[in-house]
Amino acid sequence: MNIDLTGTTTRKIQDALTQARHLMGGPAVGMVLTLIIVTDESAQYDAVRAATEAAREHPCRVLTVISRDARGNSSRLDAEIRMGETGPGETVLLRMYGPLAEHADSVVVPLLMPDTPVVTWWPGGKVPKVPARDPLGRLAARRVTDAYAARDRLGTLAQLADGYRPGDTDFTWTRLTSWRSLLAAALDQEHEAILSGEVSAEPDSPSAELLAAWLSVRLGVPVGRVVSDGPGITGVRLVTAGGDLAVSRPDGRVATLSRPEQPDRQVSLMRRHMSELLAEELRRLDPDEVYQEAAKRFAKDLAAGVREGVASDPVSGSPEAAASGRSDTSGPSEAGPAKPAKGRTAGKSPSARKAGPRAEPPEDA
Amino acid sequence: MTTTSNPLRDPRDKRLPRVAGPCVLVLFGVTGDLSRKKLLPAIYDLANRGLLPPGFSLVGFARRDWDHQDFRQIAYESVKEHARTPFREDVWTHLSEGMHFVPGEFGDPGAFDALAMAVKELDESRGTGGNYAFYLSIPPKFFPKVVEQLRRSGLADRSDGEWRRVVIEKPFGHDLASAQDLNDTVHRVFPEESIFRIDHYLGKETVQNILALRFANSMFEPIWNRSFVDHVQITMAEDIGIGGRAGYYDGIGAARDVIQNHLLQLLALTAMEEPTSFAAEAVRAEKAKILSSVRVRGDLSQSTARGQYASGWQGGVKVEGYLEEDGIPADSRTETYAAIKLEIDNRRWAGVPFYLRTGKRLSRRVTEVAMVFQKAPHLPFSHTDTEELGQNALVMRVQPDEGITVRFGSKVPGTSMEIRDVNMDFAYGESFTESSPEAYERLLLDVLIGDPPLFPRQEEVELSWKILDPIEEYWAGQGGLDQYKSGGYGPDSADELMARDGRTWRRL
Repeated sequence: MNIDLTGTTTRKIQDALTQARHLMGGPAVGMVLTLIIVTDESAQYDAVRAATEAAREHPCRVLTVISRDARGNSSRLDAEIRMGETGPGETVLLRMYGPLAEHADSVVVPLLMPDTPVVTWWPGGKVPKVPARDPLGRLAARRVTDAYAARDRLGTLAQLADGYRPGDTDFTWTRLTSWRSLLAAALDQEHEAILSGEVSAEPDSPSAELLAAWLSVRLGVPVGRVVSDGPGITGVRLVTAGGDLAVSRPDGRVATLSRPEQPDRQVSLMRRHMSELLAEELRRLDPDEVYQEAAKRFAKDLAAGVREGVASDPVSGSPEAAASGRSDTSGPSEAGPAKPAKGRTAGKSPSARKAGPRAEPPEDA
Repeated sequence: MTTTSNPLRDPRDKRLPRVAGPCVLVLFGVTGDLSRKKLLPAIYDLANRGLLPPGFSLVGFARRDWDHQDFRQIAYESVKEHARTPFREDVWTHLSEGMHFVPGEFGDPGAFDALAMAVKELDESRGTGGNYAFYLSIPPKFFPKVVEQLRRSGLADRSDGEWRRVVIEKPFGHDLASAQDLNDTVHRVFPEESIFRIDHYLGKETVQNILALRFANSMFEPIWNRSFVDHVQITMAEDIGIGGRAGYYDGIGAARDVIQNHLLQLLALTAMEEPTSFAAEAVRAEKAKILSSVRVRGDLSQSTARGQYASGWQGGVKVEGYLEEDGIPADSRTETYAAIKLEIDNRRWAGVPFYLRTGKRLSRRVTEVAMVFQKAPHLPFSHTDTEELGQNALVMRVQPDEGITVRFGSKVPGTSMEIRDVNMDFAYGESFTESSPEAYERLLLDVLIGDPPLFPRQEEVELSWKILDPIEEYWAGQGGLDQYKSGGYGPDSADELMARDGRTWRRL
């Protein structure tokens, strides 16, 4: 069922939802949460599709907030309700015009499912500086961003780390789960003391930085970054007294685990779709302290310019470029970040990359 | 360094799944239905979810003149057909590289020596670290042979830092004595902690759902006792007949096949007290307590019923009766339907009957536990207002469509006061997703990880047989069996059993 409401109000949307449910004969579908997607027209399709797939595992009401032209001086709200075609739950696309676009929370609040958790997801790179302080982020128990979709990926991640509040998480971290799981399983086996480590990945990879930070926090040893041609993360090497323990994945599909005095073993290590990442995020709604630790470490190292391995990156951009890319990301209203990415040279120059928000960012990890 | 001190593991890090360590799974009876429809697909699904270790190897053992390629081909077909997760070439390639086949008879020492060589070789070539799980997907009569051969060939011996596990499937014997025999056989070679008993009817998800419902909430516990519960009905109904399982089923029957393990486990989970923790020992201790307070009261002719399905129409298809099935003797007295009434002698449940029933070829496939509550002590309505009002019920649906149903009275909209039963349904979010883990996946993973909490231990198996043995004995001494119409609700004697207590079965 598809209902289009033009120039509408939240009351009318609520009525339409109730009526649609009655018509479909399913007044209570056991929805477990409300998912707010903050996006724009171009990225809306992929995000909604991913949410619909994730809703198979987590039946939810999806509220997609699309800001249209905010410059006009007359406000308008258009709504599109989709129900019953794509799986459990219901999807509402809210298009806001004019000054209303600045007050999206006033539209969203009456439409939240009562007494169930709220998750806010910014699939694009345009994320608030402190997601928990954003009007739509404040409503949510869990706030999901994706630094990889931003123009200045590393700067955005650092900024998110600075603005971290319990409940924040980022897809660059979610993408690491299979890597972390494989590494943790590798260390379940007996091994010699680990002396140091390194993570190789394509340049400008926030996931790789997070992985290195996580390893370094957990293992208490320095973990460097090595630049490779990708795709995504291509390998992790942990140096032990008895030899190297290494996972390499040159093709983005199959990983080889090698450890001293044992045969190499291969395992499939696929990069996951957006819907799987989202489903993983919706599974846990409690604060992810482990992410917090890794992100804080990354931000600290970035500010201090510690990551030597990256400093020699041949494609590094100038600090100025990185800083300008960053302020782009934050939007004009939030320009002037407190900590410019000084000395930080991992990032490709922003000009080398396609400008504008990406509909579906290639996967990072 | 040991597992517990792995610095990358953190209890707060809930994203990281438990992944099995390097190991070989040796599958006996790889040509069977269960292997092809459940085990091989489950192994693939685990690999697909990244829960199997790199280098995981699978060795098939069966009486077939196959080489590795044939085995991989069979596995490939069964995965393609039955796996729940999408087929991915990469995953399959790596999994199939670790698949080997050893042909042989269960009594043939040479074949087991070959098997021992094969797994040793895998330790070398794939780094499986000398950890072996033996899955005996074979009829119990072969257990002694296989277990003895495992011992003789040295496969069961482990050195430090290695593990051996053996998986056996229900039925765990056919009565108390045989269960003890079986246990002795396996115990001669494997210690109790390395024996994993699998009852695939009872998925881990179900067990955890019941435990969560009971012990994570505060609104159910106060009414979960004799003061509010009138009786409990535990049902497992199947719409199919015995299919190709004549050889297994005849002589076993519904009670041994389903009540002994599945329904009594559900009863234990429903009725037990709160365990001190969810550690294996604590949960088992509570289950054992409740199973040892279960009693069958009085005259067995009054508190049990059984039957055989007769020919008829089931779901629009003409089907044959049990006695006409291939491989079933015409004078078979094996029951395909069994109902029993049990009581639990403790403070919480004294006087609350637990009715257990299971049957084949019934109208619908359903497994559920229904708590039926007492009627309201006083109804401030006129009799005609509440004619349609039954008893409140809380139903834990196990399958299909796992979830919870609450039945209560509600006013029928309109000007007249009329109260009628309505249902409120909840389905687990997981049941929406096609790729939610299947019972076998979780069971296999627990075996490979070595996590025993939900596998019944020998004590529970023996306690269950102690409940069932007198009933089986009584039935053995009785004459003919009620026939019931296929596609119906079971024999009349089962309805009479309830009627004697002034109750009725929930309609399937």
